[in-house]
Amino acid sequence: MHSREELLACVVARLIGEAKHVAVGAASPIPATGALLLQQKNPSLKVSFLHRRKGNPFTEGSRELFDLAGQGRIDVFFLGGAQIDGEGSINLVRAEGKRFPGSFGSAFMYSVVKKTVLFREEHSKRVLVPKVEFVSARGTPGALLTGKALFSWQGSRFRLESTHEAGDIRGETGFDYDAPAKTPLTPVPTAEDLALLRSSVAQRIAPDYPDFARRVWGIN
Amino acid sequence: MAARAEQLAALVPDGAFLALPPDYSMPSMAVVRELILQKRKNLRLLGVPVLGMCADLLIGAGCVAEVESSAVSLGEAGLAPRFTEAVEKGEIKMRDATCPAVHTALQASEKGVPFMPLRGVLGSDLVKQRTDWQVLQNPFSGGDDPILYIRAISPDIALFHARWADEAGNVWVGRRRELATVAHAAKRTLVTYEELKPGDMLEDELLAPGVISAAYITAVAPAKRGAWPLGIAGVYDIDDAHLAQYAKAARTREGFQRYLEEFVCTAAKSYSPASSPA
Repeated sequence: MHSREELLACVVARLIGEAKHVAVGAASPIPATGALLLQQKNPSLKVSFLHRRKGNPFTEGSRELFDLAGQGRIDVFFLGGAQIDGEGSINLVRAEGKRFPGSFGSAFMYSVVKKTVLFREEHSKRVLVPKVEFVSARGTPGALLTGKALFSWQGSRFRLESTHEAGDIRGETGFDYDAPAKTPLTPVPTAEDLALLRSSVAQRIAPDYPDFARRVWGIN
Repeated sequence: MAARAEQLAALVPDGAFLALPPDYSMPSMAVVRELILQKRKNLRLLGVPVLGMCADLLIGAGCVAEVESSAVSLGEAGLAPRFTEAVEKGEIKMRDATCPAVHTALQASEKGVPFMPLRGVLGSDLVKQRTDWQVLQNPFSGGDDPILYIRAISPDIALFHARWADEAGNVWVGRRRELATVAHAAKRTLVTYEELKPGDMLEDELLAPGVISAAYITAVAPAKRGAWPLGIAGVYDIDDAHLAQYAKAARTREGFQRYLEEFVCTAAKSYSPASSPA
């Protein structure tokens, strides 16, 4: 059996695809796991974690990450949102009277990185809304991955591509989207992927995401 | 020259525009605790480019009137509880930014120019909120090419922690060279350090690239484990268990007060010992 986190990491690896350089920002253990999984199979993939505690890839902090991205040297980046809407806009500032941490670098990254993958584990009408209350960032998403489903972007609307298990996605999504007549299930991790995730990938994730590694793989 | 953390804190007046680094980039927690003990008021914090526990402590202790930052959070430990409540209740003013805009504004200051352009960001509601950002035409483009202009930011004071200071007054921040930008841009820069190195680090070819020259440094003070409960790469790690304990305690005002009594009001002196070599 696999965990939900492992399945999501495998989807992340597929979404990164042919990229040369993927960067991972704040508090993103699943995108980080997916990027490292893909790197195990494609060692020429460059993976830069902004928050690496030791051996950080940047010698000028996040300023260097943003300068790299501004030049077009980052192929894939991940953004989340307290709210994500059907137009692909994200909100990291405030919703329903609640304050969230803030926009981080999203307003910049969304428009300069070649492929931005929107990622949020929670899949609910609270998160996936018709219109965000505050636009932290607007852009063209490469895909939207949640804890329940994967959507592609069709120019002006999302399209449901697969669900991770059978369920009422329409009933749990606040925005309208296109869908095939019959939605396939998301492919589950292969035995090879699981073996890599639980050995070399887990060991490399643990120093930067100790709580996550403890929860998913029992590493202390 | 060499002072104590409490003397550095005394150089930060009420109402100062104070630039602080993220939790992963060596905040001077020793001076942050002293600012709380000295009951500093109406500080305006600048997150370079985001803030974490140091800001949450100052906000919870009532030292802060305004925050300008791209985010305030405790990272893997979750939301910054005192920040979140203070903004939701309208107790502090929040000026939302986005990370590269903060870096750009400081880079304009270090070059002594009034503004600097930045790509991206157009379409974000941040542009409507920020009166110090303007969307203008790229003067070098023949066609329509709107671009964001960011007004320079010059903080009154930059405050951070460093691995070393030396006898020439230089400080070493290693790969955290983004701290040099804020030191260049700020009117005054205050730095605590782990250890004193004899001589002048700028004479050492291997150390020099991680050095911020004394030309930018107003005052330094020794503070052993001065970033604790945050870390310095290769010296001591972030104290994740302590951060989780703080995140839980600070969910309520009472829990936060108990945290202050246990770790700030009594312990601050032991993290910035007057007896350290200086």
